[in-house]
Amino acid sequence: MSLLTIRVELPGHLRTLAGVSGEVTLAVASPVTQRTVLDALETRYPMLRGTIRDQATQERRSFLRFFACEEDLSFQGSDEVLPEAVVAGREPFMVVGAVAGG
Amino acid sequence: MSGIRVLVGTRKGAFILTADGKRKQWDVSGPHFAGWEIYHVKGSPVNPNRIYASQSSSWFGQVVQRSDDGGKSWEAVGNKFDYDGVPGTHQWYDGTAHPWEFKRVWHLEPSLTDSEMVYAGIEDAALFQSKDGGKSWGEMSGLRKHGSGPHWAPGAGGMCLHTIIVDPSNEKRMVIAISAAGAFRTDDGGETWKPINQGLRSQHIPDPVAEVGHCVHHIAMHPSKPETLFMQKHWDVMRSDNAGDSWTEVSGNLPTDFGFCIDVHAHEPETVFVVPIKSDGEHFPPDGKLRVFRSKSGGNEWEAMTKGLPQADCYVNVLRDAMAVDTLDKCGVYFGTTGGQVYCSPDAGDSWTPIVRDLPAVLSVEVQTLA
Repeated sequence: MSLLTIRVELPGHLRTLAGVSGEVTLAVASPVTQRTVLDALETRYPMLRGTIRDQATQERRSFLRFFACEEDLSFQGSDEVLPEAVVAGREPFMVVGAVAGG
Repeated sequence: MSGIRVLVGTRKGAFILTADGKRKQWDVSGPHFAGWEIYHVKGSPVNPNRIYASQSSSWFGQVVQRSDDGGKSWEAVGNKFDYDGVPGTHQWYDGTAHPWEFKRVWHLEPSLTDSEMVYAGIEDAALFQSKDGGKSWGEMSGLRKHGSGPHWAPGAGGMCLHTIIVDPSNEKRMVIAISAAGAFRTDDGGETWKPINQGLRSQHIPDPVAEVGHCVHHIAMHPSKPETLFMQKHWDVMRSDNAGDSWTEVSGNLPTDFGFCIDVHAHEPETVFVVPIKSDGEHFPPDGKLRVFRSKSGGNEWEAMTKGLPQADCYVNVLRDAMAVDTLDKCGVYFGTTGGQVYCSPDAGDSWTPIVRDLPAVLSVEVQTLA
């Protein structure tokens, strides 16, 4: 099975928690979906389990959104294939936290 | 020479304050986990270099961290807190049934005898246990399922299990407390539990002497007298001399008996410390004076400890887990404020000095006395 190289951009606090800087690149088997990308992310960085998806329900945490290619993918089904540019590695899959502050 | 390590949880990270036994010169390490809420940090009595920290955030949920080198480095361990079976419902603020939902870990209590074992008190209220140093967690569901759970309701801070006391003479006996359900005890290692709220009187609930529904803020015990418990309730300071089977009020001459924290002198089991707070509507000290009150008689007669504490224009709060004692002679007493100060008294409350003045709001303070 060939693996695709997927780029993931994490919020700062999760980069610190995972001990990474900049984008994360993951090897993900097709189909490349929110679920398969996040599964690969949590396998490689187990300290991120529960920080993006609720561990019991696997639902996206409510203060986070998913974006790619200038599209809001937050309400896309977790098994839908991500945009072609993400699958091809040209664009990152972005996990974005709600803006904090007043 | 003995040393002191003060473990401080704040709204924006954890801090570790260390000093030698003189407790005059302090080193400050941190923030650890900068930007995250650190509800509690506590070390193992068996292996003091093993420290557990509860790290959480509204964005990213719960993380549990563990250090095996006294807080120099940390490792994220298990953070999966699944209720045992179908959780069911408890009461919501408006009296309707509300499903049990995990929100965060309020308190981590390492075992007194096994450094791999640690207990976690969580919101929505339940007690969890790890037997592998925090890597995995299982609910001690006898508590939540003993019968009164569906009638528990949250306090303003959430329905949190915030106090866990293990009896040093009998590890099968534990006392826990929940806001706003009350205190509960097991005598069989957590298999069965019973409410221990007889004698509590809470005017703000429909039945002031109900079996459950009391907003217990904190409980403290001296290890040499495990039958004696001291409680800071929402209003009222209470004591029990039969491990919680019944309680009597010992508020005595306190200027107000509302407050959050309570602790016991390390060497004098009848010497108790509280920080009176004006009211549940005004979470700051009366008259703008930050005063620790000390009773040397197990309650009722209290004296104000003010030396070194601000006695004008002080409007901070001291939260339930934000007071601790060391075991040096003389006993040191420590507390942290929502204004970011952590105070130390190296002489059992007679005088106070701020170790730090400008941390984020302090959520918890624990102290390790190191050989």
